[in-house]
Amino acid sequence: MKSRHKKLALIGGAIALVGIIAALVLNALNSNIALYISPTDVAQGKAPQEKLFRIGGLVKEGSIQRQADGVTIRFIITDSESDISVDYVGILPDLFLEGKGAVAQGRLLPDGTFKAQEVLAKHDENYMPPEAAKALNDAHVRGVQRQAEEEAAKAAQPKASY
Amino acid sequence: MIPELGHFALIFSAIVALLLGTLPLIGAHQGRPAWIALARPATDVFALLVTFSFLCLTWAFIANDFSVVYVAQHSNSLLPIEYRISAVWGGHEGSLLLWMLMMSWWALAVRLFSRQLPDVMLARVLGTLGLVCFGFLLFILFTSNPFERLLPGVAEGRDLNPLLQDPGLIIHPPLLYMGYVGFSVAYAFAIAALLSGKLDAAWARWSRPWTTAAWVFLTLGIAMGSWWAYYELGWGGWWFWDPVENASFMPWLIGTALMHSLAATEKRGSFKNWTVLLAISAFSLSLLGTFLVRSGVLTSVHAFATDPTRGIFILIFLVAVVGTSLALFAWRAPSVGLGGKFGLVSRESLLLTNNVLLVVSCATVLLGTLYPLLIDALGLGKISVGPPYFDAVFVPVMVPVLFLMGIAPFARWKEASLPEIQRAVRWALAAAAVVAIALPLIYGEWKTLTALGILLAGWILFTAGLNFFQRVSATRGERSLLASVFSQPASFAGMHLAHIGVAVFVVGVAMVSSYEEEKDVKMAPGETVEVSGYSFTFNGVQAVQGPNYQAAQGEFDLSMDGRFIRKLNPEKRNYFSSSMPMTEAAIDAGLWRDVYVSLGEPINPDQPEGEWAVRVYYKPFVDWIWGGCVIMSLGGLIAMFDRRYRNRRKTGGKQA
Repeated sequence: MKSRHKKLALIGGAIALVGIIAALVLNALNSNIALYISPTDVAQGKAPQEKLFRIGGLVKEGSIQRQADGVTIRFIITDSESDISVDYVGILPDLFLEGKGAVAQGRLLPDGTFKAQEVLAKHDENYMPPEAAKALNDAHVRGVQRQAEEEAAKAAQPKASY
Repeated sequence: MIPELGHFALIFSAIVALLLGTLPLIGAHQGRPAWIALARPATDVFALLVTFSFLCLTWAFIANDFSVVYVAQHSNSLLPIEYRISAVWGGHEGSLLLWMLMMSWWALAVRLFSRQLPDVMLARVLGTLGLVCFGFLLFILFTSNPFERLLPGVAEGRDLNPLLQDPGLIIHPPLLYMGYVGFSVAYAFAIAALLSGKLDAAWARWSRPWTTAAWVFLTLGIAMGSWWAYYELGWGGWWFWDPVENASFMPWLIGTALMHSLAATEKRGSFKNWTVLLAISAFSLSLLGTFLVRSGVLTSVHAFATDPTRGIFILIFLVAVVGTSLALFAWRAPSVGLGGKFGLVSRESLLLTNNVLLVVSCATVLLGTLYPLLIDALGLGKISVGPPYFDAVFVPVMVPVLFLMGIAPFARWKEASLPEIQRAVRWALAAAAVVAIALPLIYGEWKTLTALGILLAGWILFTAGLNFFQRVSATRGERSLLASVFSQPASFAGMHLAHIGVAVFVVGVAMVSSYEEEKDVKMAPGETVEVSGYSFTFNGVQAVQGPNYQAAQGEFDLSMDGRFIRKLNPEKRNYFSSSMPMTEAAIDAGLWRDVYVSLGEPINPDQPEGEWAVRVYYKPFVDWIWGGCVIMSLGGLIAMFDRRYRNRRKTGGKQA
């Protein structure tokens, strides 16, 4: 083989390799992304039915219930606006506590419960997962807005009764 | 008083680092011997000051000085002394100081073990290290000062995170940091070579043992972290593709590529530019890793409560380092030259393929790690990329790497003959195929991926053995076989040992991912659960008192076929100082399998003596994963001590 042909073969091989790998990567990335969706969005039906996704928020106080089989746990994740009931089979991470932030990954069942495959643990008791923090914050902002709108509406009402 | 001394020492060390980072570099550029000569003493003083500062912080921990904010946040008077010492790097500020300490020691090591290095070169290397240290010291002093006082002091500290109260955590961060920071030496050598404009074989020979040393530490550090996650987190997994794990894995992949490309640069003068780029990348990825961990931009099990200004500082630092390095590279690279020519099939082309694949695999990991950040930054919502992505892209890229690992040692430099290699390795392939078919059948269930893994592992093992003994018999002459074995160059033996380590690792991964068994069950005292032929009988739970915690300790009888093996005592701990419960798994480790029990929670929280949720595992070959890493490191260690790195004056000194 001439050196020019060798070079062409090398370059061609490299391009083919990169192409295959890029296809592989994009395909894998596409099918393995878990979108994060807040409890309120889930309650409004914005969650995908068949795909894995993540929810985050606070574990509602007093909501952790152990089912009769001993290893299925049901709890509620809330962003203070909407509650989502979550089922998880297995042993929860140590830092999973009522009133603390948590992130769960799984699927939505037709009855509206969230079947978690994975519940994320944290290393630090004071740490709040960013997703959970965002859900709470968004819900809070909406709450404030609603309140402001209600007040504005009230103020706009004619004071006929007086 | 002592914390203030530590603080002052740190400030002085920043000044010394600035001197070290400027005068010798300018001196080397303008040819001023006096300024060049400053590099050595400045390095000594710098290392001394940083070490002193570190000791001051350690003293504050040992003496329970809770008037220091950092100590109050990460220690407690009930904490046993060994954890009070390791608590020094249990938080952000102290771990950065540890990073600094490691870096000053690396600089000192370069200064001590590079007597043969020309003064100008040494001044440039140490000067580059000094500049990097200066940047980090500014970061510590302005955003993360561990010596900050809390006035008035508090009577009791908040305690070390219970997850970190473990022997694994005493050594995991120092090993990992030694690795991360070690790449700064390879980086400094590359920058020094670019500055001097001489990227030659001598430069490659100088940086090789340092790169290998950093790689050895990083390998051990990652393996240690993985092992710790396995036994301490109680989930039984050994790798989660967590962003922070990826952050340490990416420099490892590039570091591995760098070691191999340095070999080609040293032996044949090939890929010089490429090697320099890899050296810059390896260190940049170490910095990126620090940024990811410290800025809190990613959801990770490692995430700590964080401070955004720190993230921004590291990001600016990262941009400065990468930017100036690449600018320097762009300026100097065209004058470097191409090095020796090589054929389509040759040791060089195989190493190049290895490099491309390793870099590609690193890029896929980087993409998966940063993709959520990118999407978030573009306002497209928050997402996470799960382990299946990484498995799907990483494994296929690694398969050819493992395959080439068997062939490359047989290939000659410059031009190799394919038929010759084929003749040499065909029996190794046949033997590997036999093992790959037999082992899954012994385990009762055919798994194609496992068979492929075993095939590749066997292939690496047999080709390494074959190649080693071919060389032994070729160089034997009149000597005994054993004498010939021991007279092989250390780097040659080290290479094969490291490759065998990879094979052992692959066996562990292939076996455990297919044949592990896991059960989450509810158990009442007296009940038995069976996993893969092992019986676990639960004898109940009793309260146990630790130095700074109260624990519920379970007792299990492990037996097989009615034969008692041992008792297993997993614990659920509650630390006094924090509300965090902690699971301590009980593991019966073995060469062929681990069995693993961990306690979940009591079914009825008011009756801890009653039923519990329990997790039991059977993990075949899982210890081979970490064993393989240890063998890899051992191989690296042996290669580092090759004779030619010590006799460089004779062979390399002149060219420099």
